[in-house]
Amino acid sequence: MPVLWLVLIVFALGALGFVLGRRRALGGAGGDIRLLHSLPSYYGTNVTLLTVVPALFLLGIWLLVQPVVVDARVSAMLPDSAISEGTTRDLVMSDVRRIAEGLDKAVAEGAMTHREARDIRAEFTDVRNRLGAVGVALGSTVGAPELYAAQRYRRIAGEGSLAMTGVVLALALGGVALSLIRTTPSFRARNTVETGIRYVLIFAATIAILTTIGIVLSLVFNTIDFFRLYPAWDFFFGTTWSPSFGGGSELGILPLLWGTFYISIIALAVSVPIGLFAAIYLSEYASPHVRAFAKPMIEVLAGIPTIVYGLFALLTVGPLLLKVFGQDGVGIMQAGTAVMTAGLVMGIMLIPFVSSLSDDIINAVPQSMRDGSLGLGATRSETVRQVVLPAALPGIVGAILLAASRAIGETMIVVLGAGAAANLSLNPFEAMTTVTAKIVSQLTGDADFASPEALVAFALGMTLFVITLGLNVFALYIVRKYREQYE
Amino acid sequence: MYDNPDLARTTVTRDIKIAAHGCQVYYGDTHAIRDVDIDIEDKTVTAFIGPSGCGKSTFLRCLNRMNDTIDICRVEGDIRLDGEDIYDKRVDPVQLRAKVGMVFQKPNPFPKSIYDNVAYGPRIHGLARCKADLDEIVESSLRRAAIWGEVKDRLDAPGTGLSGGQQQRLCIARAVATEPEVLLMDEPCSALDPIATAQVEELIDELRGQYSVVIVTHSMQQAARVSQKTAFFHLGSLVEYGETGHIFTNPTDPRTESYITGRIG
Amino acid sequence: MTDVPFTDASSGPARPARTGSLLEADARTRRRNAAEARFRLYGIAAVGVGLFFLAALLYAIFSNGIGAFQQTGYTLQIEFREDVLDKTGNRDLEDIKSVKTFAYSPLLRAAMLREIETHGIDTPLADAKVTGFSSPLDKLFSDGARSTLRDMVLADPSLIGQTVAVRILASSRVDGYLKGRVSRESIERDKNLDAVHLDLIDKLREAGVATKGFNLAFITGPDASDARPEQAGLGVAMLGSLYMMIVVLALSLPIGVAASIYLEEFAPQNRFTDIIEVNISNLAAVPSIVFGILGLAVFIQFVHLPQSAPLVGGLVLTLMTLPTIIISTRASLKAVPPSIRDAALGVGASKMQAVFHHVLPLAMPGILTGTIIGLAQALGETAPLLLIGMVGFIASNYPDGAISGFLAPNSAMPAQIYEWAKRADPAFYERAWGGIIILLLFLMTMNIIAIILRRRFERRW
Repeated sequence: MPVLWLVLIVFALGALGFVLGRRRALGGAGGDIRLLHSLPSYYGTNVTLLTVVPALFLLGIWLLVQPVVVDARVSAMLPDSAISEGTTRDLVMSDVRRIAEGLDKAVAEGAMTHREARDIRAEFTDVRNRLGAVGVALGSTVGAPELYAAQRYRRIAGEGSLAMTGVVLALALGGVALSLIRTTPSFRARNTVETGIRYVLIFAATIAILTTIGIVLSLVFNTIDFFRLYPAWDFFFGTTWSPSFGGGSELGILPLLWGTFYISIIALAVSVPIGLFAAIYLSEYASPHVRAFAKPMIEVLAGIPTIVYGLFALLTVGPLLLKVFGQDGVGIMQAGTAVMTAGLVMGIMLIPFVSSLSDDIINAVPQSMRDGSLGLGATRSETVRQVVLPAALPGIVGAILLAASRAIGETMIVVLGAGAAANLSLNPFEAMTTVTAKIVSQLTGDADFASPEALVAFALGMTLFVITLGLNVFALYIVRKYREQYE
Repeated sequence: MYDNPDLARTTVTRDIKIAAHGCQVYYGDTHAIRDVDIDIEDKTVTAFIGPSGCGKSTFLRCLNRMNDTIDICRVEGDIRLDGEDIYDKRVDPVQLRAKVGMVFQKPNPFPKSIYDNVAYGPRIHGLARCKADLDEIVESSLRRAAIWGEVKDRLDAPGTGLSGGQQQRLCIARAVATEPEVLLMDEPCSALDPIATAQVEELIDELRGQYSVVIVTHSMQQAARVSQKTAFFHLGSLVEYGETGHIFTNPTDPRTESYITGRIG
Repeated sequence: MTDVPFTDASSGPARPARTGSLLEADARTRRRNAAEARFRLYGIAAVGVGLFFLAALLYAIFSNGIGAFQQTGYTLQIEFREDVLDKTGNRDLEDIKSVKTFAYSPLLRAAMLREIETHGIDTPLADAKVTGFSSPLDKLFSDGARSTLRDMVLADPSLIGQTVAVRILASSRVDGYLKGRVSRESIERDKNLDAVHLDLIDKLREAGVATKGFNLAFITGPDASDARPEQAGLGVAMLGSLYMMIVVLALSLPIGVAASIYLEEFAPQNRFTDIIEVNISNLAAVPSIVFGILGLAVFIQFVHLPQSAPLVGGLVLTLMTLPTIIISTRASLKAVPPSIRDAALGVGASKMQAVFHHVLPLAMPGILTGTIIGLAQALGETAPLLLIGMVGFIASNYPDGAISGFLAPNSAMPAQIYEWAKRADPAFYERAWGGIIILLLFLMTMNIIAIILRRRFERRW
């Protein structure tokens, strides 16, 4: 774990720097802190910051960039002859990486010496067996070019790591030295430290943006890869979803979208009336005691993890529905997993979501509005229906859209409760599947990451991201507009 | 009709619209109104004055049971409208409020069109048989609230888009549209500028012809200008009640005098 | 003003004069009150339905899951026969290791037959023949029972030659029969158990040989393979969750607080700030599965961090919880009144000092409450973990040390529950429900701590 050690050393240097900086500042002032511009600890902190932050920043960048650079250099060295029919340079490279990792592991476990790992030749050694002995399974026998590339890979990566250690440590030491030199009693340590901390704060705030960029990039690049292998038209307008890992898959998104929307609509049909009426009752009618009991109780539903709802759908609601609508009952349901099962349970999950959002929104309608209506002799329900709800309508629409976006993005309930068959059917008691469920099944299978069957998950993810993001942005816009109206 | 104020004081000849006896109001443990006895006359403007927190608004809200909407509020005693106890179990506050309308301190038009604001009451009470009826009620109510001329071309515009004074007159139009017998006004001018205040005061004076109007006000000048009778509240009790002229020129209670001369309040 | 309004009113459209007494409701009022009552009823019904669902959910969880905390076993006098376990008799550990697990089967059978004889139980199984390596009696025991015995012997070779009372796990079907999950009808098509077995079990139960005991292994033990539901435990997955939560706490609290301080106290009103704010509120609503895709593509494919590692899970969950923590932290910073900042600035503190010395300590209870709630959310999250490979039969070994705790493949509590829910044997369903009880206990504890924090330290300004 050399990186961990490196980080610990940098932190140790930082701690040392704190002590030295503080002492030097005090020494410069002859021990009288009144002669210092700032408190002594600021001089120490200044040294620490200048030691730790640039070094760790560089370390982070290096760790991100090095694999890319190494990959590119090794890949360029691979002769075209090493890439046989029916594979790609990327696939060979992933083999190379696996071999390199295997060699590392073999060395780490003492099954091979450093020398051996560096010098063995595929012509003389069965590398696959030797690596298999340390638990690294390779798909095919290791050819000479791959092994050679893997050894090159290890060498370049090793050199890179060594260089990284050197540069990071030099930077940290340089930081200690530079900041100690600058430490004089008149040095404005507090201002420097505060500027530094400010940048750290800004960096923390940008992580949200980096996350979004990360999401978008990881979706976009893999989606582009997917569309190189599978036509976009067939993906967006295909009505059949039948992936087969042997090739010849049909990957049309329409059945998945239909399942997603059907389940979401059932979920909303359950949660919106119940949630809305519950919110109205609790905010307009209920006595404080009832409210103090029922509101947190309903909100408990929101704190329950979705896996619990998934299990509830699979093992409780599904069999119950099957008893009523299955062969022994109405006879329109084949199995416990169905659109209705997932939709119903998802509806239960969304009740507290709808009701607490609606509650906020209803409470934002000013009391004077209710007084005005009651003062004219309206009943409470007339006041709610004709004054409060119309006034709160935009907010409630926003809340419902947020709930819809939740329903569309929900995974565990549909993975467990909706079934796995991609159907374009109107029967709510039939099994269907959704975008999220298929993302899970395509990425947890044994498919190769470069195959269209796995890459399609990224295209599905992209679609999901765009739909939910659109709904959210629109809903937040409406809710914000609504809040401004009464502020 | 009653030109002689001295006669009016005895109140035998005038109709009593609302009669309260031994009225007590509690907010939780706080005794907010103590033992108020008052007879409010028909076709008269009665002003409730007094320092902040003296209970005048609380008492006003008892008269159409708006206090029912506050959970911790409890009303005791006897308040009669035309001889009927309004706190009787059989009384539906909804029916009561249709008879005793209310205008609030802050203009509170609904976020609907001007037309719908005024038509709201008649609609819920079923006062119109057809659209034409409703149109007429809206128009006559807006006329009585002296705002018809300003809004007749934009009845579909939202009521919240009007100026403060217009909004308050719209609220008055909304209140008179349900044909109440009593109109309660809780500091109707406190959120308005002087010009709008003058318009509303003029309107109150005209409404007297048809309704019994009760107005809570902070301003003694306003009470003197618009009311015929004045009640002075202090610390939850009714201190003095009588002809406005008397109260202002010749108060009997020293507390009333202190308030009127500006020593408490 | 003129008298126009008055004439208007008197000549208005024919309105029904409201002359009726207040004491009796007219027809219209009665109708309106009926509508009112109906409306109110809908509200009560909605609240009732919500509460009913909660009750149904909790009932399903506890009625199905409580069984996982008990497990059926037999107390048998096992004779560790030297002629089977150590033929050479020199107690050489290598020799003892060379004895495979199936060699322990006869010991189990013999011990069971002894019990049958002692209690005078009449069963055809007493005369059952051993064919090959298996006997019908084996179906009574867990597949793991033999290796339990072997592990005992390897840990303490002096056992050889002795007779010791050992609690042996029953097979999951037997366990299911005692718990009512398996019935005589349901085993008719089940080749794992026959009616004669059930007759024997009934008698063994009467004799006090087969008993249900507290199932500590379920709480602390590792997962077991498909064939041994009776041995599956949540312990290793719990460790996986623990390591993930350490990562989440260590990263999301400082980053979240730093980001919130910047946005709430220092950020100028400009486009950059706007973009960050919009970003955070949108990230909070991105489906969790998308974070899983992010983790897969960035941390595993791009940075080559190890698959299925709690470290990666922790990183993904950190990114997912950050928006929640930032939003609640900003709310508690906002709740500190500006007068506090002014007071600090007034005595010559810098802005940074005012924030770190005064505002932050005052906002701390709120921040911690938000963080705990964020952690609870992360603890129950499943979907992203599936994508980074924290699922499947991987929570089978305890990590050996802290570093391998972060980097070695492991599962997490909700992912383990999902794994059990997917398996074919209904015995695992009981495990899944039981796992949910444990998960909910954790979540409840965290939420109660958050509530107590809020109650104790919340200030109203």
